Amino acid sequence: METSLILIIIATAFVNNVVLSQFLGICSFLGVSKQVKTSASLGTAVLFVITLSSAVTHIVYTLVLAPLNLTFLKTIVFILVIAALVQIVEMFLKKKAPQLHKSLGIYLPLITTNCAVLGVALKNVDMEYGFAQSVTAGFGTALGFLIAIVLLAAIRERFDDSDVPEAFKGAPIVFVSAALMAIAFIGFSGIKF
Amino acid sequence: MMKTIKERLFNGIIKENPVLILMLGMCPTLAVTTSATNGFGMGVATMAVLIVSNLVISALRKYIPDNVRLPAYIVIVASFVTLVELLTQAYVYDLYKALGIYIPLIVVNCIILGRAEAFASKNGVFASVMDGIGMGIGFTIALTIIGLIREFIGVGSVFGLNVLPESYPGISVFVKAPGGFLIMAVVIAIMNACKIKTKANKMVEEGCDGACATCSKAENKAEDCASCPSKADCKEAKGGDK
Repeated sequence: METSLILIIIATAFVNNVVLSQFLGICSFLGVSKQVKTSASLGTAVLFVITLSSAVTHIVYTLVLAPLNLTFLKTIVFILVIAALVQIVEMFLKKKAPQLHKSLGIYLPLITTNCAVLGVALKNVDMEYGFAQSVTAGFGTALGFLIAIVLLAAIRERFDDSDVPEAFKGAPIVFVSAALMAIAFIGFSGIKF
Repeated sequence: MMKTIKERLFNGIIKENPVLILMLGMCPTLAVTTSATNGFGMGVATMAVLIVSNLVISALRKYIPDNVRLPAYIVIVASFVTLVELLTQAYVYDLYKALGIYIPLIVVNCIILGRAEAFASKNGVFASVMDGIGMGIGFTIALTIIGLIREFIGVGSVFGLNVLPESYPGISVFVKAPGGFLIMAVVIAIMNACKIKTKANKMVEEGCDGACATCSKAENKAEDCASCPSKADCKEAKGGDK
């Protein structure tokens, strides 16, 4: 059955938002969401890496692992591919786009351990997506991550002005905000495709 | 010997509980704790990987070259995760179905790589295994508790057994995504309230000792260090004195 690519984007970015309903990439979602500007940089870097890695892992899976009956090795192979890819992207940006590289800074290497990247790659295999669908799903997922992290950062910037109960200061209030955002995003699953 | 065991177990379960204190491994913590059984299963799977990878990494710590140690650790961890995935698929298929994509994602669970880097790469085999057991039990306990609360409020059962009367409708939002965030917030807030003076609520962050405002490399100077966007540059600047 042919699934329209636009529907995949909407489904992955909003209905099944990677952070707020799939719980992938929580570490960076909580760790790097203190300021809108930095979270937007991280989101862009993730967007870049996930789109690229879903393309590369799809090629590796269909052309190397599947013909050789080595699909059980996908976890090991994917994580190595992603680590290598992040390294290459970093070197490439450093040389060709130093400005962008500088603004992404340390977030680039940290993306290797962002479980959203590996999660998308594994999910594409589970869903038996073709090449175009894999790349679109990767892009949509990363777009969802970007939206979620920027929204959370915008909320967190306002915590300074608000009177948070002592016990809820720090991590708990961030979780409460994330919970409220997740409730809002549940609304999207009312729209079934 | 006994002292190591006691100290490591205490450290993993209470003092440095990976979920509740260190805030590591959030993804599986929130994603699979829709029931106590799932939380427990995930905890045990992670503990198995943690113990074996700690064992192997500490045994090989003198042979792994320092500059390729992270890729080497990742390959070791990924191998054991694949093993665990195949074993759960073969012997506990229901759990394998319930945990789904989160089993292979144990690879990128920060707890495992974190313990490899922080403990197993510096300590002997026995202590590392004990550390793996302690951390694993701490992780399992935290996941089971969160799963228990979510399952109880969400569907009114404990480990799959109905404990509340049939007429209890279940507040289904607690077994969905927002419930995970909410229960996590409340559990941490309760722990904070218990020891509010020790400032347990600091996030896993490294500041730059308040040097941010004076750091020459930092483009966007921030009032407080934790929110400084140029933290990494800042650390470099302090070391290199640019």
